Amino acid sequence: MKNFEFASPQTESEAVGLLQDHGGRTAVLAGGTDLVGLLQADLVAPERVVDVRQIQSMQGVRRDADGLWVGVLTTLDEVMASPLLKPYLSLVQVADAHHAIQIQSSGTLGGDLCHLPNCWYYRNGYGLLAMQDGESLVQTGDNRYHAILGNSGPAKFVNASRFAPALIAWGAKVRIIGPAPDQVEVVPLEYFYVSPKSANQGNTILKPGQLISHIWLPAVEPTHVSATYEVLQLEGLDWPLASASVTLDVEGGVVRAARVVLGHVAPTPWVSLEAASILRNQMVSEDLANAAGAAAVSKATPLSNNEYKVQIAKTAVKRAVLKAVGQLEGGL
Amino acid sequence: MAEERKFGWGPRQDNVLIGKSIQRIDGFEKVSGRAKYTADMNTPGTLYAKLLTCTHAHARLKKLDVEPAKKIPGVRAVYVFPAGDLKPEGSGEIFWDGTLIAAVAADRPEIAEDGVKAIIAEYEVLEHIVDEEDLAAAEAAKATKAVGKNAKGKVEDALKTAKHVHKGYYGVNTISHMCLEPHGTHCEWKADEVLDVHASTQNVSGLAGQFAGPLGIDAAKVLVTANFEGGGFGSKFAADEWGIAAAKMAKETGKPVKLMLDRATELKAAGTRPSGYIDVTLGADETGKIIAWDSHHWGSGGISGGAIPVGGVPYVFDFENRNRSATQLNCNVGPTRAWRAPPHPQLCILTHCAIDDLAAKIGKDSYDVFLHNLEQTAGTAPHLPATYKAEMEIAAKLIGWKEKWHPHGKDAGKGAIKRGLGMALHTWGGGAGGCACNVKIHADGSVESFVGSQDIGTGTRTIIAITLAETFGLPLAGIKVNLGSNKYPASAASGGSITVGGVSGAHRRAAQTALWKIFDLVAEKYKVDAGTLAAKGGSIVSGEKKICTWKQAAMLLGPMGLETKGEGPAEDGLTSSRVGGVQMADVSVDSETGIVRVNKFVAVQDCGLILDELTAKSQIYGGVIMGIAYALSEERVMDKKTGRYINADLQNYKLPRIGDIGEIIVDIYQPDSEYNRGVIGLGEPPVISPGAAISNAVANALGVRVPVVPLTPQRVLAALSKKGGAA
Amino acid sequence: MRDRETQERYGPDVNRRSFLKGSGVAVAATAIATAAEEALAQDKKATSAATSSKAQDIELTINGTVHKLKLEPRVTLLDAIRNDCNLTGCKEVCTTKNCGACTVMINGKAVYACTRLAVAEQGKKITTVEALSAGGKTDPVITCFIKHDATQCGYCTPGFVVATRAFLNEHPKATLEEIQKGLGGNLCRCGTYDGVAKCALELAKGGA
Repeated sequence: MKNFEFASPQTESEAVGLLQDHGGRTAVLAGGTDLVGLLQADLVAPERVVDVRQIQSMQGVRRDADGLWVGVLTTLDEVMASPLLKPYLSLVQVADAHHAIQIQSSGTLGGDLCHLPNCWYYRNGYGLLAMQDGESLVQTGDNRYHAILGNSGPAKFVNASRFAPALIAWGAKVRIIGPAPDQVEVVPLEYFYVSPKSANQGNTILKPGQLISHIWLPAVEPTHVSATYEVLQLEGLDWPLASASVTLDVEGGVVRAARVVLGHVAPTPWVSLEAASILRNQMVSEDLANAAGAAAVSKATPLSNNEYKVQIAKTAVKRAVLKAVGQLEGGL
Repeated sequence: MAEERKFGWGPRQDNVLIGKSIQRIDGFEKVSGRAKYTADMNTPGTLYAKLLTCTHAHARLKKLDVEPAKKIPGVRAVYVFPAGDLKPEGSGEIFWDGTLIAAVAADRPEIAEDGVKAIIAEYEVLEHIVDEEDLAAAEAAKATKAVGKNAKGKVEDALKTAKHVHKGYYGVNTISHMCLEPHGTHCEWKADEVLDVHASTQNVSGLAGQFAGPLGIDAAKVLVTANFEGGGFGSKFAADEWGIAAAKMAKETGKPVKLMLDRATELKAAGTRPSGYIDVTLGADETGKIIAWDSHHWGSGGISGGAIPVGGVPYVFDFENRNRSATQLNCNVGPTRAWRAPPHPQLCILTHCAIDDLAAKIGKDSYDVFLHNLEQTAGTAPHLPATYKAEMEIAAKLIGWKEKWHPHGKDAGKGAIKRGLGMALHTWGGGAGGCACNVKIHADGSVESFVGSQDIGTGTRTIIAITLAETFGLPLAGIKVNLGSNKYPASAASGGSITVGGVSGAHRRAAQTALWKIFDLVAEKYKVDAGTLAAKGGSIVSGEKKICTWKQAAMLLGPMGLETKGEGPAEDGLTSSRVGGVQMADVSVDSETGIVRVNKFVAVQDCGLILDELTAKSQIYGGVIMGIAYALSEERVMDKKTGRYINADLQNYKLPRIGDIGEIIVDIYQPDSEYNRGVIGLGEPPVISPGAAISNAVANALGVRVPVVPLTPQRVLAALSKKGGAA
Repeated sequence: MRDRETQERYGPDVNRRSFLKGSGVAVAATAIATAAEEALAQDKKATSAATSSKAQDIELTINGTVHKLKLEPRVTLLDAIRNDCNLTGCKEVCTTKNCGACTVMINGKAVYACTRLAVAEQGKKITTVEALSAGGKTDPVITCFIKHDATQCGYCTPGFVVATRAFLNEHPKATLEEIQKGLGGNLCRCGTYDGVAKCALELAKGGA
């Protein structure tokens, strides 16, 4: 681990200030579950680490007129315990599926959203795009865990966030602060992620000196149901092979509106409008859920080793839909 | 009277401790975190060493400049490993990812890391081959070597007359030992040029010479200590080049040096179990008796050998007509070391999956086919057919085989979840290893023993204490066991399930020798017949009559007490070898995601006389769980593109957790006939069958074979899609 | 979306309308922190300036004892506990938040010590496995691990013990399924899971 300065600001504006120095070669520390590992592997080598956990405004969940503001320091434990978040079942399910109390106690929503890819080429030091001599290692190497959608560009990793699909399916936005003092913007979460086109580009829209402070969630209507289905090889601590989150507006058994978002299938969370349109104005049934799954992967372009993920992603969508309406039976 | 004094175990019904479930005597130290492992040694002034390794699969080191590291304040020594030494002309060729190049010792670990990063290493990257499964590609690259071929009977004729013929392909990928405590040592030079080594080792008595040679000192000046060892599984027998490095840096700096491998290097360099793949044809007659076996298997154990040898298939069974041959692939992958029951788990998969598929082809329950062919295991040991038969019956009852079994792929479940049963058999020697020990009875009656063995988590301390306490009629607390030092009488390395037999035999002999002397003294003093005496409940008794207390008896030894020596192995019936073992798996497969979960796993195991049922069962649970790991999720992934061990971290080297093991039923097969065989080792056998048993259960659930283990979702779905789609 | 390049996942004719009520409403992009909180925080500002990367005085409160150390900010809590405080019950295995061998409690919650920087954990109540058998009192988790032989080589065990204690504190009546989920963050290579599960279940049934 390269050495760095350390700062522990008390306020958002202080944090933004501290992140500006060193040309923005700074890093935000929250739960530490991803960052400290990245630092140890020298994959992230900032001049300064800014521990934001003391910033009270970025903690907790509070209601406003239209929805909820969720501080990014909210831990997985707090997601499971929060009465305000309870109606957002698909989110709670993700927190619950992290089968390690150590991650649940430390991991934060902000940290999850900013989790860097688990791509083994990235983690072994080949960069986000895993390029060597101008060629993608992923394309011809071992890509069993890589993208099956959105992989025609140089980025072929899968987005590592486990909460983003559920949050996007709920229409969440993120509040971004910095780099200028008092500079604030609120962006739909689905636009927060990017598939980098060049080696020096990150996988989010965050610019040096920016951080996310809050997640905004729209209020839940009585007709909204949601679910996340993550396909995990192991029962213990593991990463999904693919996942799907759905939020449905169901009236009288008929889906009025639907959002279907896949995780771990593309360099960004993958919003499937195809699957949503299959569901719209239909009664949910196993056949309909299956059709939604098929639609979600209809444009999949698997790489040399990951055809199997197409089937898994399809199943995840199908099961998330059925789970949302309480019709899911079985599944390992 | 002399005739009666034969070494032996007492009548089973008389045992107070032997065969009972006894908590391990070092349990508190381990569970409370007080046990000091090698990695925990922090003697004053200890320097921390970190490693530079090569991350190319095949390369030539062109330049190595360690001077920048030496300039960093706090860096005390830099050591260059043989692979980093460019002095001999033509040297510098590196053959696998993870090869050790240099080590840096510094005041703090983070400074040692800075030192490693400052070293300049330049490589010319060369062509590599890391695909261990693709025989044709390796042949084309001239990276193969035939490692043997032998035949008996007339295979071609037998296959022609066979009623049923099955051709199959099976395989098992390479795994790493992945010891939680990495390989490493803490080396400190003491007065009089004595090297004090704490090593994470399975081989306390065998390391001194391995250090002495390269260091140019006498083995007598090497003190090796291993009080606790955080997992070895066959990979920790050597001083290793990193041990020598630590000793040399300690010498250079005059300070203690601790060098433990980092996690990636532990996975890459410190031991793997070789891969194995087989093309096999089997033939059976109309009754289901297997009459022909024709196979070719291959795999890799690294660049210079270590692949699975030609012998060993068919596993446990041998058939009248049998051809077999093997090829070694010289891949640019890290070297192998013995991995728990080498190479039986692979042989079991390569053989018993094929038998299971043959049974399906015949249209029979695989249980019946295994049963029908048991006589063909008698070549391994004459008693095995009967043992297997008894164990199969027990296992079948425990798992509900008759009620739950269905033909492969038929009636396996309506929805996406398919359920199936599978079984396999195994065998292992597990005889007693060489062992010498001293048992000392102090004048106050306290007892201690000294042995240069080690407790690698198997319960060695505990079974020694049980052996001595049972012999002397004392409580466990009355026994102090000293092991883990090469200054105690030499004992074999702990590998191959030979420790329990070695140490229990030697300690029983030493204890009985001591006890007979005590009986003679008691007989003289109290005027009783020594032949009638026994040590029970802290007393010396004659029949029902108490003669004196143990303490009173010990006082008769005089102020020096008594010290006796025990040795082994010996042909005196205390120990034996050769066990069987039957395992059955009940699994569920999600045919839409390819995920396999173990519902229930039954392990029925014979192992002679059980000293401690609690720790014996732990060995079986542990073996089964390690088996579930390599059956379902664990494998080394060699990336063909970069030639690297790309998953050398615990995120992607997938091991099961507490929720991934299902319900495990352990049943020790221990009729009196087993007790009467004496002690037999148990570490290896239970880890052998899980791969084949689980693979067979998955085949039973799906009606299609997933040929290569581990049975990942990727492989399960690929097999299903070949068959024609999910469910 | 402003100047961002069109993302690959959207086809050309897709109408990006949001469906859920509320998400289309303009969100007030104002500061979330209240004025009072900002003011409160200003008072504490002295503590928040960036420190240098050099070794600095650090105080860790471990098992009730204050350890005064001089460490660079990059030193992990795991290294500080093991190397500088010589509390070696906490083991280093993966260093990548996977195995649980380094589990400690921070303010009562189970945490991987490898995921924390020592400098950032000052002023918190850190508990290591050593505290569970200190002062002549042995935690029932320890006795129960021994009873069920939930240890072989023992290297994962102390971390598992701390995780089990923290888990049972929060789930005193846990079911087997809850135990399997909660303790999925600890890895054992020897295969002691069966003993761990029996131990946790027994304590949960007996009201640990």
